[in-house]
Amino acid sequence: MGQLASFIVLSIVTLTAAVVVVTSGNIVRSALSLIPTFLGVTGFYILLQAEFVAGIQVLIYAGAITVLILFVIMLTEGGTGLRFRQVNEQVPLGLLAAAVLAAILIVVFVSTPWPKTAGELPQYTAAPIGNMFLTSMVLVFESTSLVLLVSLIGAIIIARRER
Amino acid sequence: MHVGLTHFLVVSSLLFCLGLYAMLTRRNVVAILMGIELMLNAANINLIAFNKYVAPAALNGQVFALVVITLAACEAGVGLALVMSAYRNLETIHVDEINVMKW
Amino acid sequence: MNWFVEILKAIGLAVVMFTFLAVVAAMFGVLLERKIGGWIQSRLGPKHVGPQGLFQTLADTVKLLQKEHITPTAADAAIFNTAPLIVATAGLMDWVVIPFGTVGTLVLVVRDLNIGVLFFAGMASMTVVGILAGGWASNNKYSLLGALRSASQMISYELPLATALIAVAMQAGTLSTVGIVGAQGGWFGSFVFRQFPAFVIFMIAATAEVNRVPFDLPEAESELVAGYLSEYTGMRFALFQLGEYAEMFAMAALATTLFLGGWKGPILPPLVWFLIKMYIVVFFLMWMRWTYPRFRLDQLLNLSWKLLLPAGLLWILITGYFMTF
Repeated sequence: MGQLASFIVLSIVTLTAAVVVVTSGNIVRSALSLIPTFLGVTGFYILLQAEFVAGIQVLIYAGAITVLILFVIMLTEGGTGLRFRQVNEQVPLGLLAAAVLAAILIVVFVSTPWPKTAGELPQYTAAPIGNMFLTSMVLVFESTSLVLLVSLIGAIIIARRER
Repeated sequence: MHVGLTHFLVVSSLLFCLGLYAMLTRRNVVAILMGIELMLNAANINLIAFNKYVAPAALNGQVFALVVITLAACEAGVGLALVMSAYRNLETIHVDEINVMKW
Repeated sequence: MNWFVEILKAIGLAVVMFTFLAVVAAMFGVLLERKIGGWIQSRLGPKHVGPQGLFQTLADTVKLLQKEHITPTAADAAIFNTAPLIVATAGLMDWVVIPFGTVGTLVLVVRDLNIGVLFFAGMASMTVVGILAGGWASNNKYSLLGALRSASQMISYELPLATALIAVAMQAGTLSTVGIVGAQGGWFGSFVFRQFPAFVIFMIAATAEVNRVPFDLPEAESELVAGYLSEYTGMRFALFQLGEYAEMFAMAALATTLFLGGWKGPILPPLVWFLIKMYIVVFFLMWMRWTYPRFRLDQLLNLSWKLLLPAGLLWILITGYFMTF
């Protein structure tokens, strides 16, 4: 009961904020609406007992990526963010594509009989996740850190002013 | 009525399609990046929901969600660096105006 | 109806915490700040309202409450009015994981989350969103400059802060704040001795994270006419200040919890020990404020990226080495 109520509240928050993100004519408002969206998704993670991922989500998405996006908007759009038309000519087609894809996905998801496994997640997931990253997932871990390093250097080189 | 796997999948597919709509219709590169972030979040909800309801003992879904979050941070960093570079050279960040192959 | 009770409990605890913060952090903190500033500069500080100026902050609060709310015409009203709430809420949420002490076997903490330290870092990083939103919505170039400075500063200093937290969490073997206090014992068992480099990194990064002198570029009064705060009046200004003071006291409380052994100490009750240690850290922060001049932006960013971050990563490596061998 409580779980369903919180699920409904979280869905409303997430989807309303996401609609503002994609439709608002003011780019700064859409960027700020990303924060309720990400926090709503964090709520889903907590409902799904993935509290470590939820903490990382708040730290990286809401705290870092959104701020980075806002930063770039303020450096490029300057003043109000209202000077330009924000959408191109593909609005009806884009709407159609998104609606059709949503309909297909929802029909598929509802009609598929999902295999349900009885079982519980471990109470404290941070330590098992760390163990997995350094034992069976070590290749994933290493290649992710390599990508992180490359993108760090790449971002610095691209953004640096040529002299 | 309990919250099941299907509930999360339906919400995540709606979120994914909103992100797709933003990608298809926005002119501003930053807004397109925001759409991509929404789609990655939808994918993450799916990964974690499958982890909880289909394979709770394995934790693979949560590990992959963490990898996706890391790669999303990389993508945002490089993408926004490209936006800054394009703005400095072309003085616009609208994708339909960035149409020269050299300058 | 279990969840209904939980919600009521959460609201009650929020009210208690908010009152505690408003009294201990904002009221007493501002007075302490001015008194210590006066003492360091060889003057008296506030003295006329109440005995020894004790009611000065109360009078200021009443003044701020009576002031008119001004929303500039060119401002984005919705965002302009929401921004102070974001900062205040983020400052308040930091306190959820801080353990204050023990009564018998009960630990006085709002919720002992098993990702406590991570939760704290996440909530502390939400402040910058409110600052950026407020600075942009004011539609004033000084506000925007202050907000942008704040964003680059806080993003840069989150990383050294996180490395310090990781080193402590590694040594304690847990992310829960109560667990970390439990891992320290005795005078030399506290992490301030076992994790001294992490303590130094944490204190510098925390000072920068709460935008205090010598890292107060975002609100630099003499350059930016108070930065993102310049368009705010009355209670909204007070909410920003409350959020900042709550955040500063939360950083002091976290330093107490992670490095100074939390509520542990001889003879005196645990809660008193916690407050004593927290106020020592707060005094240290205020001492720094009245001693050092302001950094330049490039010096600030160099300190974070070229000194603190490599030092933090190196210290994580050393901690890992000593834990393994």
